[in-house]
Amino acid sequence: MIEIKNLSKTFRTAAGTVEALKNISLTVNDGDIYGIIGMSGAGKSTLVRCINMLERPTEGSVLMDGQDLGTLSKKELRKVRRDVTMIFQGFNLLMQKTCLRNICFPLELAGMKKEDARKRAKELLAIVGLPDKAGSYPAQLSGGQQQRIAIARALATQPKVLLCDEATSALDPKTTHDILELLKDINERLGITIIIITHQMSVVEEICNRVAILDGGVVAEEGEVSAVFADPQSDAAKRLVFPDGEEEVVPVHPGERVLRVIFNGAMAAGAPLITQMAIDEKIAANILYASTKCLGDKVYGNMLLGLPEEEEIVQRAIKYLTKGGNVLVTEVTGNA
Amino acid sequence: MLDKMFTPESLEEAWVILKEEMLFALWETTYVTVLATAFAILLGLPLGILLVAGEKDGVLPLPKGVMHVLNVVINLLRSVPFLILMILVFPLTRLIVGTSVGTTASIVPLVIAAFPFVARLVESSLRELNPNIIEMAQSMGASPMQIIVKVMLPESIPSLISNFTIAITTILGYTAMSGIIGGGGLGKIAINYGYYRYKYLVMLIAVIILIVLVQVFQSVGTKLAVKLDRRVKR
Repeated sequence: MIEIKNLSKTFRTAAGTVEALKNISLTVNDGDIYGIIGMSGAGKSTLVRCINMLERPTEGSVLMDGQDLGTLSKKELRKVRRDVTMIFQGFNLLMQKTCLRNICFPLELAGMKKEDARKRAKELLAIVGLPDKAGSYPAQLSGGQQQRIAIARALATQPKVLLCDEATSALDPKTTHDILELLKDINERLGITIIIITHQMSVVEEICNRVAILDGGVVAEEGEVSAVFADPQSDAAKRLVFPDGEEEVVPVHPGERVLRVIFNGAMAAGAPLITQMAIDEKIAANILYASTKCLGDKVYGNMLLGLPEEEEIVQRAIKYLTKGGNVLVTEVTGNA
Repeated sequence: MLDKMFTPESLEEAWVILKEEMLFALWETTYVTVLATAFAILLGLPLGILLVAGEKDGVLPLPKGVMHVLNVVINLLRSVPFLILMILVFPLTRLIVGTSVGTTASIVPLVIAAFPFVARLVESSLRELNPNIIEMAQSMGASPMQIIVKVMLPESIPSLISNFTIAITTILGYTAMSGIIGGGGLGKIAINYGYYRYKYLVMLIAVIILIVLVQVFQSVGTKLAVKLDRRVKR
């Protein structure tokens, strides 16, 4: 378990002090795939570097299984870093060494015998699906393959936690998906806790179970991915979930009433809810905006419906939409 | 000058000198150059590493005062003209070699002149390294020494070889000057016969051999640097 308590980080630059992180508190449980998402400059990279003390927090503490990492000596910290390894946006492989030797690198640092390290490295190559690349140099591999080698290297010392700093940002969507699948598999099979730093909501959606939204150095929102995605509370979360800016696309016709329908894990399969409402209740709803996504077999997201102005119809619609559960309906009032 | 250069007598004379002295001079030049370069690297490499690793954000930060002294000493040594440096280090040369004149003695001023230069070259090689690679090593629990030995140096090998090639060709140029203080080699022949005795043809031949030698060192160095660089797809 990783507990971040009241963590702040201030940088002193020529132009003055910059508060990169302000009073951050988070808890990552064992086995989580925890997403930390934010726009660039939100402080994500600084935060992840505070977790393994590549950056020393100015205030606050990072506790790993109850141990305060800030109090450790340099030597003790180097040992802890075998338990909290990291992969990067730019892969950061040693370009002059073969893939096998790249994977052996953390094992050599830890003082493992060469033959043992090689044996372990070969196992890891198999885990990441590149058993035939032992003798290749990183420059001969594609980006996705390089990241796989980097993942194998990060797993070499059998860590408890894997930190991913924008690990898929340099990859195309298909490769991103493959790498995320691999991370998910590692999380499930090896029980490694994964912390993912990203600016892409799609990455969080795809594999994270919890998410923290970082905005201007503070945690704007934190919780289960499904909850945050279905009903974002903070402005930062709304910006990420609805990057197009949902409010602007609301065309309110005269006399029309608008309902926001929030799908928070409603069953998607075989239930065309809006159409069914038109058939069952004879209510013709006008879909003004919709941004819904399927995670597994459940629907998350947000829809704006335009309804006739009669109170009775609106009430009936609300009752119908919410009866299946996991759907929240609120009326959007305000300026037309 | 040119008409005197190719008279039958001067050709005959040059041929004799070529036969009797050139081969030995070539050997002397090569031996002095290689040895001086080796010692210059021996001193310059650790110094260059310190210049990069010892910085405030380096992997092994040293006190600001130490870094300042290092930089001043290097700049100072590099700004003394070689001809004057040779004379200035006479006492040191005598202390190390036993004499301040001769071929072997000329290695001492060459090393003194070259090692600060090598240190700067090493510094520039190591600075080319992607800082993210060093951060990666730190994130894996590497100690400062491990980062230097296992990451910074091996990852910089192609660039280091290119820069050492520059060093060896520059030192080769300096060896020619050491003919002044009795250092042997092609430089001595060029100065003794060409400058003091007006045998321009001999001087020309010595210079041509020097040029060929530079070409050889440079192309071997370049080939080696390219061959050892694993960043290119092959």
